[in-house]
Amino acid sequence: MTTQQDAQAPAFPFHGNVRPILNEVLHAVDRLLDTNEATVIDLAGLPFGPGELEHLEATLGTGELSARLDALGTSRIRETAYPGVWWLEHRNAHDEIVGRYLEITRTPEILSSQDADILAGRARLEDQFE
Amino acid sequence: MKKRPTVGEILQAKGVSRRGFLKYCATTASILALPPSMIPRIAAAIENTRRPSVIWLSFQECTGCTESLTRSASPTVEGLIFDAISLDYHHTLQAAAGDQAEAARHAAMEENEGGYLVLVDGSIPLGNPGFSTIAGISNVEMLKETVAGAAAVVAIGSCAAFGGIPGADPNPTGAVSVTDLVTDKPVINVPGCPPIPMVMTAVLTHFLTFGTIPDLDRHGRPMTFFGKTIHDRCYRRPFYEQGKFAETFDDEGAKAGWCLYKLGCKGPITYNACATTKWNSGTSFPIEAGHPCLGCSEPRFWDKGGFYEPLSTGQFDSGAKLAGAAAAGVALGAIAATAGRRRQAKIAKEG
Repeated sequence: MTTQQDAQAPAFPFHGNVRPILNEVLHAVDRLLDTNEATVIDLAGLPFGPGELEHLEATLGTGELSARLDALGTSRIRETAYPGVWWLEHRNAHDEIVGRYLEITRTPEILSSQDADILAGRARLEDQFE
Repeated sequence: MKKRPTVGEILQAKGVSRRGFLKYCATTASILALPPSMIPRIAAAIENTRRPSVIWLSFQECTGCTESLTRSASPTVEGLIFDAISLDYHHTLQAAAGDQAEAARHAAMEENEGGYLVLVDGSIPLGNPGFSTIAGISNVEMLKETVAGAAAVVAIGSCAAFGGIPGADPNPTGAVSVTDLVTDKPVINVPGCPPIPMVMTAVLTHFLTFGTIPDLDRHGRPMTFFGKTIHDRCYRRPFYEQGKFAETFDDEGAKAGWCLYKLGCKGPITYNACATTKWNSGTSFPIEAGHPCLGCSEPRFWDKGGFYEPLSTGQFDSGAKLAGAAAAGVALGAIAATAGRRRQAKIAKEG
């Protein structure tokens, strides 16, 4: 039976919630390679013990590409040290985090220029000639 | 009904790009705990949904639910008020007072007949209507009058949803819940003492996005946030499975973050989103801070035995029930302890 004597300062982090996510990422990478299907994992719905989210972020690391989006607050989109695995963090206008996702994809959709914005930009560009 | 702009039109008027709109929809999906695959549907809905009028009625309450709501970061309450809803009446947040305030409530009801949302916090006293009045109108009369033309009612907090602390034994004011009085309109219960800020705003966001109420459980609570127990999603669950429990608040097990079951945690029987959504913009929740769950989103939680008594002692509201169960518990407890020890030995052997 586990007793108080068995309790000790934990190796940090120690709740075991990170490993299943990494396994899910691995399967998502396989799906991306096999069928070109993208996967989005919303980290807001997953249980994390103290320090586990930071451990996940540190484990995935930082890759070659980082982008900053300024729309309704700042968002940071970066490829992790594992190509095809992207870390997205959305903040609102008060710099509070409102969303954290892992996207397993070749390019996150939000990095692409949107048709509506391209059309609006074209109209502004045309105004330059008037 | 007065025609209001859609949220899409509001964002466009503010110069928000399509990319920004996609970000808004992605975070909305997260708020609603919907899968990212729903983002296109949310985008289509938000582009076409008009800002609903919202009337907030405060009855026998401590204002904790409003305090919680105003701490919401996603969406921020300012964002909600200015972009997504038209908050036409709220005692704490409105500038108007007296006759002006009541006139604003009536105007919102007339202009939006059949389409406005009524949010209620606080229980309603029936013992004597004079126990709680606003502008000389009893809570029960104001509730009846206001919900008559509403599209739906949201009972915010455990007082409105289940009677809360005013309804706790001996219930001196005869406090009842919203569903005890409103039987001819859809009612969504969003309990909690207080509810998680984001859960409150998510329910409003759901109505705003889809124009419908979300799927509800047997207590009228949105399944999205109240479909699983705290225990189901608790990060300390591995310790529960391994039989590692804190015995006191300051022992080595407590310091190591072990399960708080023996200290009275009601997580196994409490349905809420605290373990994943957390509080203070995802900072922490009671268990993570070292305190057992009180079960505050469950009906009559104030009268269900001590907060620091483990669930294994039962949840009782009378001495006779406690005595009877104690006898049965001794027998069952012995069986459970033996099974538990066998299981722990199995885990230790396999681990």
